[in-house]
Amino acid sequence: MYKLLLCLRYLRTRYIALACIISVMLGVATMIVVNSVMAGFTTEMRDRLHNFLADIVIESRGTAGIEDAAMQMDRVQAAAGQYIAAMTPTIEIPGMMTFTDPWSGETYTAPIQIQGIDPAGKAEVGPLQDYLDSYNQVLEDGVEVRPALRGREEPLGWELTAEGEKHFRMVQERNRLFLEDRQSGQPAPQAQESMPETESPVFDSEPAPVADNDTPQQQTAPELIFTDDDPQKHEPQGPLAARIYLGEGLVSFMARNPETGRQQKIMMVQPGDNVILSTITAGTPPDVTKFQATVVDTFRSGMNEYDSSIVLMNLDALQKYRGMHLKNAISSIHIRLTDYSHAPKVLAALEQAFPPGMVNIRTWEEKQGMLLSAVEVETAILNVLLFLIIAVAGFGILAIFYMIVVEKTRDIGILKSLGASSGGVMSIFLSYGLGLGITGSAAGVFIGLLFVEYINEIEDVLSWVTGRKVFDEKIYFFLEIPTHVNPWMVFWVATGAIAIAVLASILPARRAAALHPVRALRFE
Amino acid sequence: MAEILKMTQPLITAEAVSRSYLKGQHQVPVLRGVCLSAARGEFVSVIGQSGSGKSTLLHIMGLLDSPDVGEVLLAGSRIDNLNRAARDQLRNHVFGFIFQFYHLLPELSLLENVMTPLMIRHSIFGFLKRRREIREAALSILQQVGLDHRLKHRPSELSGGEMQRGAIARALVGKPEILLADEPTGNLDADTGAGIMELLNRLNQDQGLTIIMVTHDNAIASQAHRTVQLVQGRIQPAGRDIATDPQQRRTA
Repeated sequence: MYKLLLCLRYLRTRYIALACIISVMLGVATMIVVNSVMAGFTTEMRDRLHNFLADIVIESRGTAGIEDAAMQMDRVQAAAGQYIAAMTPTIEIPGMMTFTDPWSGETYTAPIQIQGIDPAGKAEVGPLQDYLDSYNQVLEDGVEVRPALRGREEPLGWELTAEGEKHFRMVQERNRLFLEDRQSGQPAPQAQESMPETESPVFDSEPAPVADNDTPQQQTAPELIFTDDDPQKHEPQGPLAARIYLGEGLVSFMARNPETGRQQKIMMVQPGDNVILSTITAGTPPDVTKFQATVVDTFRSGMNEYDSSIVLMNLDALQKYRGMHLKNAISSIHIRLTDYSHAPKVLAALEQAFPPGMVNIRTWEEKQGMLLSAVEVETAILNVLLFLIIAVAGFGILAIFYMIVVEKTRDIGILKSLGASSGGVMSIFLSYGLGLGITGSAAGVFIGLLFVEYINEIEDVLSWVTGRKVFDEKIYFFLEIPTHVNPWMVFWVATGAIAIAVLASILPARRAAALHPVRALRFE
Repeated sequence: MAEILKMTQPLITAEAVSRSYLKGQHQVPVLRGVCLSAARGEFVSVIGQSGSGKSTLLHIMGLLDSPDVGEVLLAGSRIDNLNRAARDQLRNHVFGFIFQFYHLLPELSLLENVMTPLMIRHSIFGFLKRRREIREAALSILQQVGLDHRLKHRPSELSGGEMQRGAIARALVGKPEILLADEPTGNLDADTGAGIMELLNRLNQDQGLTIIMVTHDNAIASQAHRTVQLVQGRIQPAGRDIATDPQQRRTA
């Protein structure tokens, strides 16, 4: 009883103990905040990677692909049908995209990854609608600057929106006028007058936009594209047979608006524009093939890796342009499981179902293994470093406790003269350390969780104080700082801190216990 | 001789106790074969100059220290060689200590200080079960020493005499058989010291408490039944003369 009483009394009357509590508290709070934010970012990143990739991907080994998507999917269904929520056939092939920047008039070519998809199927495997520009409102600093162009209920397809259609017509008309002008030798009408107001912002310093597609391309294009016999596709005024969703990072750049001084995203290609894609055919050896495609939409998954390289295209057109002679040939099947924990079972079943060597079957984690393990290692190292902060707090406790033991030497002698055992005296200081640890941890957990809860508000205040944005949502594509509090993490951090506090008090407590009562009593 | 044996079965005895301390490189002998015993209900004072080893003798008899040579007997059985836990128990149950500098715990109130030996005696649950009882015991002891109006005060808020009364109350709350007093009046003025001595005498007479008191003050020492003089770690034969001198001895 005296142990508890004295321990509590020492806690209350020794202000120096407050220093221990604060150091433990700061360590615990820092660890909780950093871990929560790291976990938030990691979770967000994993979600984005995962959502775009589907749970399990079956890939053919060659570029020619595997034949008959329906048959292969039946095979998957038969092997592991009860675990599968959705799957979609896909063609993945590297390629190049050539487009013209309307602001500078220059033509750029970028390496891309073309994914031939069925939008409805892709949407079942991952949240495609959330990524497409036309289905989402455009926010700027949390304020809506453009409502969603399509309703959520509108099925995914390869049709242009009304704005896209308008832009497409305008571009066609401009090209026609340009061509006529070239032929007649008369001056072209002012291009800018025909540009609708809804076009991307026009900067003073920018040169007047010139034609999106310059003439040589326009002239060569028909030879490349109009190889099939479908009369509808020959219609010069309609969008082309090849339709694509462009990764936003491919065709946008950040520039400062001279009027507002804000960073703003400039799109070089918009829905309704045509771009030239080149890729390889399915033959052996493959030939280069090029074709024009109409941009239907842009997407942003938030993973820069995807947004700056992937072009989603209609599957049938891609099959045609690549000359994939096999019936309904595809290169991969993306599968979403009802529960991701079944993945190992499904993998095993699928390995059995496909002839050996025909396909690679991997989970999304295996496909992104390097990135994920890098993040894990990063988190682990950060945790070790942060735990050292608490260890430093532990040494603080050690030093302060030593001081307190020296200060309390005579009291220890008194207690012993009254019959207190060495173990009892030791437990006073051990429980003192425990008390400090618990108090510090509790305060740290409280402050840490509070900080995590209000991290965005805190970020606002910091931004206001420092005058610059601490967390720029435009860089990370997050509106808010993502956080994820793992209760076990909090538990282990708190427990670790308490353990360190107790460990640090062992040495002083042992010293106190070992004090000779007579010498302790004589201590001045 | 036979009369003495019949009359005084000593309650506590130090037999041929020697103790030396290591100071730097040298063994400094403090006690050189001291014999001292106290019968039940006896008030013995040990007188001696600073460094004569009187405090060490008291500490050894109270099991705070152990002798290099010699034995300490309690009611005829040896106690100085018991294990640590048993000695802790004896200190708590049999001995009560009071010190020159009172040695109250500064963080605790007077009442809590007085209850400390009983808190040490009982575990947390035992204490909580007997809370009322323990509090009553502490209160009645404090009443005896005349401090029942200062229960909530911290030691720093008490006067020297009050602190020493508090220390006596603390020493007595566990109902010890032997009170070991180390210069109880050494830090007090004459009047207050006389008050403390009166209290000790009353306890000795009314309750038959065995008291061994160490002091350097002859006037204080003479209030005991018997005085022993310690010079350079040895009992001085002259001391016995004082104790047996009927004129010097205070009679009941």
